[in-house]
Amino acid sequence: MTTIVEIASGTSLREKKTEVNKDLVYKTKDLNLWYGENHALKNINLDIAENEVTAIIGPSGCGKSTYIKTLNRMVELVPSVRTSGEILYRKRNIFDKNYRVEELRTRVGMVFQKPNPFPKSIYDNIAYGPRIHGIKDKNILDQIVEKSLRGAAIWDEVKDRLKENAYGLSGGQQQRLCIARCLAIEPDVILMDEPTSALDPISTLKVEELVQELKKEYSIIIVTHNMQQAARISDKTAFFLNGEVIEFDETDRIFSNPRDKRTEDYITGRFG
Amino acid sequence: MVRLIDQNKVTKNIQPRIFRNSIYKYFFLAATTLCLLILAVLFIRVLRQGLPHLDWQFLTSTPSRKPEEAGVYTAFIGTVWMMAVVIPVTFVLGVGAAIYLEEYAKKTKFTTFIETNISNLAGVPSVVYGLLGLTLFARAFALGQSVLAAGLTMSLLVLPVIIVAAQEAIRSVPNELREASYGMGATKWTTIYKVVLPTAIPSILTGAILAISRAIGETAPLVVLGIPLFLIQTPSTFFDSFTALPMQIYNWTGRPQAEFQEIAAAGIIVLLVLLIVLNSIAVFIRNKFSKKL
Amino acid sequence: MLLILSWMKGVFSLSSQHNTVPFSVKEMIAKKQKQQKNIGEKVMPWILLLTAIISILTTLGILFTLITETFHFFGDVPFKEFFSGTTWYPFSDPGQYGILPLISGTLRITFIAIIVAVPIGLAAAIYLSEYATDRVRRIVKPILEVLAGIPTIVYGFFALTFVTPLLQNFIPNLEIFNALSPGILIGIMITPTITSLSDDAMNAVPKAIREGALAMGATKWEVTWKVVLPAAVSGIVASIVLAFSRAVGETMITSIAGGSTPNLGLDVTSSVQTMTAYIVQIAQGDAGYGTTIYYSIYAVGFMLFLFTLIMNLVAQWIRRRVREEY
Repeated sequence: MTTIVEIASGTSLREKKTEVNKDLVYKTKDLNLWYGENHALKNINLDIAENEVTAIIGPSGCGKSTYIKTLNRMVELVPSVRTSGEILYRKRNIFDKNYRVEELRTRVGMVFQKPNPFPKSIYDNIAYGPRIHGIKDKNILDQIVEKSLRGAAIWDEVKDRLKENAYGLSGGQQQRLCIARCLAIEPDVILMDEPTSALDPISTLKVEELVQELKKEYSIIIVTHNMQQAARISDKTAFFLNGEVIEFDETDRIFSNPRDKRTEDYITGRFG
Repeated sequence: MVRLIDQNKVTKNIQPRIFRNSIYKYFFLAATTLCLLILAVLFIRVLRQGLPHLDWQFLTSTPSRKPEEAGVYTAFIGTVWMMAVVIPVTFVLGVGAAIYLEEYAKKTKFTTFIETNISNLAGVPSVVYGLLGLTLFARAFALGQSVLAAGLTMSLLVLPVIIVAAQEAIRSVPNELREASYGMGATKWTTIYKVVLPTAIPSILTGAILAISRAIGETAPLVVLGIPLFLIQTPSTFFDSFTALPMQIYNWTGRPQAEFQEIAAAGIIVLLVLLIVLNSIAVFIRNKFSKKL
Repeated sequence: MLLILSWMKGVFSLSSQHNTVPFSVKEMIAKKQKQQKNIGEKVMPWILLLTAIISILTTLGILFTLITETFHFFGDVPFKEFFSGTTWYPFSDPGQYGILPLISGTLRITFIAIIVAVPIGLAAAIYLSEYATDRVRRIVKPILEVLAGIPTIVYGFFALTFVTPLLQNFIPNLEIFNALSPGILIGIMITPTITSLSDDAMNAVPKAIREGALAMGATKWEVTWKVVLPAAVSGIVASIVLAFSRAVGETMITSIAGGSTPNLGLDVTSSVQTMTAYIVQIAQGDAGYGTTIYYSIYAVGFMLFLFTLIMNLVAQWIRRRVREEY
């Protein structure tokens, strides 16, 4: 038990949360999801608040990635996916027939496991989002690019080579570029699917610091298989196991005093 | 302990086994070299026959009854005209079909049917395409022996090649890039047009050039279509009749006089140079862009 | 000129000037999204589907063309004569249309091609896949594939003007048009098909299997013969079937160097005629539209089509089985 307390209290980055009544960005009601016959998500109920970092942890195959991909309906790119239940984003059901998936994804940005910049210049990578949404004014694009790159704390590293191919950047820089790309369309929520799993420790630290910075303006949901990371950067933590939410609470509480035996087993490293 | 293996025998056998191995090795090497040798002989032979006749006059003259005055001008221009039909038609139809099959089509029986059909079309002899062109384009559409009739026939002939090449190119675009684009709220067509195609275009071009080279060298469909073997006029619209490089070579090859066979060789050099230039462009594109990804 | 330059300068400096009026990307996007009509999104799939359907239309076109004209042909010529007649002489009155001589000519040339191509092609494939270094393989394979990319008219020319005279030195009674010379050249043309596809098939055999045999002290030849070839056999057979189909459909080499004398038998030294060469001969001449001779090229074309189609289907079937193995 002492180890858990150490992890939780040893986090200098995390800020203590006190206020309670925040607006909800996401409300998940009785969500079920099947890949063909495989019941991947079972009766998920989760409320995600504004301007917070919500971490989703759990062993591989627990459905955490599936859940985060459901939040912007990217999961539908897999054929044979079926869902039931509701996910309300800003009080609107995202599964509603009239809800255009493109609109949802414009409001909800996503950062993926592996950095996935386009094989274009750094500038064009950032300008991609605004451009597809009809912003063509060079002047405005210039400003968006600078603002986004600054927002992702990568401006100083790339400002002299905006016209160079993004593939010339290091893995960590590529991931921050992808975050910048995501910021360029000024999303409301940012989904991060194990954003540091392909990065070295120093790049990981930079991304974690960035997440702390970003939560002032954005709501962030982050999937991670690294428990220390969840403890360091998140305000709330949800523990997933076999497609179910076992426990969802303040991060402090989850790591210091879990209610469920299975949560405790997982965070003390007994399985997973 | 009873030894089942006689070590002496094994040791004695090793030498002959190694010997046999090296004999086979040299046999296989010889076969490979033979192929390269034949290629070399073919090139040298054609060059030796044709080079003395290959001069500016040959390139700029129209065909003639006298071998010393004959040239490939009409045929070369005719081939260029035909390509002006083949390139846009195959590119649009081929890439379009590939995008549909790779990005839109679900894995239904219908899709499998289309794909099987395409690979079967690739195996249909070119002379059969000639019969199709003759009935459909030359007669039913009344296009006769025009650039358009030949161009469309050749387009159908090379379409399977370009579709398969474009499919492979599109398939090799990493899925992460599509996800990134969708993740920002891009629609499907926007993602294809702005992310998938720009990434796949070098490989698509490489495949397209190889397909087009095939159309340049094909003779049989043109013969079946009835494209004239002897023509002095170059076409001025797509509805005019024309002749093409391989037809011109075919014509000269068929003449009994030795001089005509030599200018046939000169014509072959022109054709091969054209193909080599195209293929070098394809290789260049492949090497230049394959490094970026 | 100077004026224009200074004007352009002005334009450029204007555009590079940043105006720093605050704006919200969020609002701009929301506004644009309301205007968007997504026409491309709705229309493009259908346009693309149409382009994909062209390939089906092509097949239907080929089938329709061949079948209707062949139907006309069989209005004039009895079925039985076509398939069992031993004389193909359409120019007499009435013409004789027994296809066997054309098939005989086609098969003679094709078998010569196969006899040339299979040993050379396979040997080269084994060399490239099992013996050659990676570097040699990367250089040699594309060069070999050049052999498949050379226009067939060039091979035809080469057969008539080089190979036939060369062979006449050894076989004095070889006619100027014969089955041997085009057969050899077609063999060379299809060699890369066999080499390339067989090489791919052998490369698909997992490395671990080879290493297992080599670790027991087997020589490379023993590994190839006892391990690699048996594992890759379906791919190799498929490549040969495919090459066979290509040889049957080859037109210009046989038209130029094979001659135009349809005959039955096994003679390879005298003039023959293949199915493809017959189509070319008639298409080039002035067979009037609607005559029996005109329809006969479609009947022959139909035979050719069926023959190659079956071959291709067989090759695909064999190759599909390979894929399931690993």
